[in-house]
Amino acid sequence: MNRATIDAWVGVFVAAGFAALLFLALKVGNLASFSTAETYQVQAKFANIGGLKVRAPIKSAGVVVGRVSEVSFDNESYEALVTLNLDTRFKFPRDTAAKILTSGLLGEQYVGLEAGGDGAMLKQGDRLRLTQSAVVLENLISQFLFSKAAEDKDAKEKK
Amino acid sequence: MAEGGRLRLFERLGAAVTARIWRLGFASRFFGYMLLHSGTALRRFQLTIREIYFAGVLSLIIILVSGLFVGMVLGLQGYETLQRYGSSEALGVLVALSLVRELGPVVAGLLFASRAGSAITAEIGLMKATEQIAAMEMMAVDPIARVVAPRFWAGVVSMPLLAALFSAMGIFGGYLVGVKLIGVDEGAFWSQMQASVDVREDILNGVIKSVVFGIAVTWIAVFEGYDAQPTAEGVSSATTRTVVTSSLAILALDFVLTALMFTGGNAR
Amino acid sequence: MTDSVVEIDRLSFGYDAARPVLRAVSLVMPRGKVVGIMGQSGCGKTTLLRIIGGARQAGSGTARVLGTLVNGLHGSALYALRRKMGMLFQFGALFTDMSVYDNVAFPMREHSDLPEELIRDLVLMKLEAVGLRGASRLTPAELSGGMARRVALARAIALDPQLMLYDEPFTALDPISFAVIARLIRRLNDSLGATSVIVSHDVKECMEIVDYLYFMSDGRVVAEGTPQDMRATAEPFVRQFVRGETDGPIPFHYPAPGYGADLAVARG
Repeated sequence: MNRATIDAWVGVFVAAGFAALLFLALKVGNLASFSTAETYQVQAKFANIGGLKVRAPIKSAGVVVGRVSEVSFDNESYEALVTLNLDTRFKFPRDTAAKILTSGLLGEQYVGLEAGGDGAMLKQGDRLRLTQSAVVLENLISQFLFSKAAEDKDAKEKK
Repeated sequence: MAEGGRLRLFERLGAAVTARIWRLGFASRFFGYMLLHSGTALRRFQLTIREIYFAGVLSLIIILVSGLFVGMVLGLQGYETLQRYGSSEALGVLVALSLVRELGPVVAGLLFASRAGSAITAEIGLMKATEQIAAMEMMAVDPIARVVAPRFWAGVVSMPLLAALFSAMGIFGGYLVGVKLIGVDEGAFWSQMQASVDVREDILNGVIKSVVFGIAVTWIAVFEGYDAQPTAEGVSSATTRTVVTSSLAILALDFVLTALMFTGGNAR
Repeated sequence: MTDSVVEIDRLSFGYDAARPVLRAVSLVMPRGKVVGIMGQSGCGKTTLLRIIGGARQAGSGTARVLGTLVNGLHGSALYALRRKMGMLFQFGALFTDMSVYDNVAFPMREHSDLPEELIRDLVLMKLEAVGLRGASRLTPAELSGGMARRVALARAIALDPQLMLYDEPFTALDPISFAVIARLIRRLNDSLGATSVIVSHDVKECMEIVDYLYFMSDGRVVAEGTPQDMRATAEPFVRQFVRGETDGPIPFHYPAPGYGADLAVARG
């Protein structure tokens, strides 16, 4: 095996390896979309964020317009403080509502934005006033049981 | 009589454990020495290139073929299960994440250990058995710098490339089976995949895993070769030890790395 | 007193305290001479050679090579000393992944910055000295035992060493190769102005080419002198060795209990 052949094959191997990595990063992963876009940050407080994770998508009308960049706990109001990175291409009114929704039945959670009607737009560092927390299954069940019990009680009293 | 037997058992157990710990210490000093004396491997890069050929290029066939088959099986099995919940469009996500996060680095690592790792151990062991290592030392050439270090760095460089190639072939295999054979929607296959596979979280972590595996496997391979008994049985048992120890190391490290990297959690 | 290239003074060595391999041996190898160390397998002669080469550390006593104390010599100081020595291993220990040419060129390429054209001339000169200039393109796998050893000899003299060490150079050679190697050892020693140490148990060939002999048995020097002295000596071990007698100071029977008693036990 002479030197030139070995060098050629090693070159081919390394090139193929890098091509595979590039393929994975671009066609398989999400490198092509998003990471180089310019963003501005706004914050939102939620009573319960459920399973929302950092880097979860922020969607409006079903289109991804940003990513969650930070999740922390506000020790004064005892609420979750979520920092949203929004693409500068998309401007939202100041009274936009943020809801935590689930994609599909068992999917991961994301932040849904519903645009309001205010003339002024959100700027870097603004806070979203209207928020709706994630649906927590236990609360839902207890609500259901409570309302069922109340119904039965009403029905009994009416007799 | 029974007392003595039981005591002997503990004695032997203790001796086996101490022997292994001592050997681990020796292997660590060997590793440190090799890193310090890697200058030759880097300055005379031709040596390392030659070893990349023997470790990496010659492993290409088995890696590519295995990757293809693993991807195809993932496609089949994945579809079977997903279509029961009406989520067959998530096939791309299933195949890609399984490969990039776990199967790529781990299976490629295991294959590399069996093919290249054992070859390296056998080669170095035979050099030791035929006194080539001793001859090199007598000629005032440090065999660790000249023989061991280039092979180590070649392994570390080859492993991530092989893991990436394995994953890429696997995804292609999953695509062949899922889209072309079974008929999952091509657009959904790729778009869902792209939406779910994160470059930093999944791909980068997969690359980090494969680098760690590369270091572990190649370290074990060169050490076992260098420490082999200079006889036929010695070299053969060293080669076996390389494959077994590397495989266990890969699986154990995989657990540790997965736990560190992929624990879902909001506190970052 | 002539200037000695190797001085060994009351050297002792053992792998563990219970089994000493060398017991306070003292030898001297004067410059320009070919010295033979002869004895049974396991008498310690190969170990002595390894100590001279710095591959083993003596337990007590001193070994001085070219004026430098070899005990406790490590790293670059040891390598500096080894550049002045050449060693021929028992079966040649050629590097199997290189051609004959590259094998002989190895020490030159590693230890000098000579341009390739100059190295080419030197390699061909060394191969010519051992009669194998035409075999420079062959690989070690294509060489016979005798040829391999000659190439190894060419490699050992590549840097014109002052001290040549031969570890059982005549093992498993046909009579012609035997004679060739013996003649080469003597001729190279004289033309290089070097000193040679031959460890062997081939009586006839050795005694024809050496200037001085040491006989070792059980880790001790039992006799020394010129070949003529040894042929005429009355020392019983030397007589048994030189004449190849089956019984003498080295008994035929391995120590065992009485024969009659042993058979009686078997039958009973």
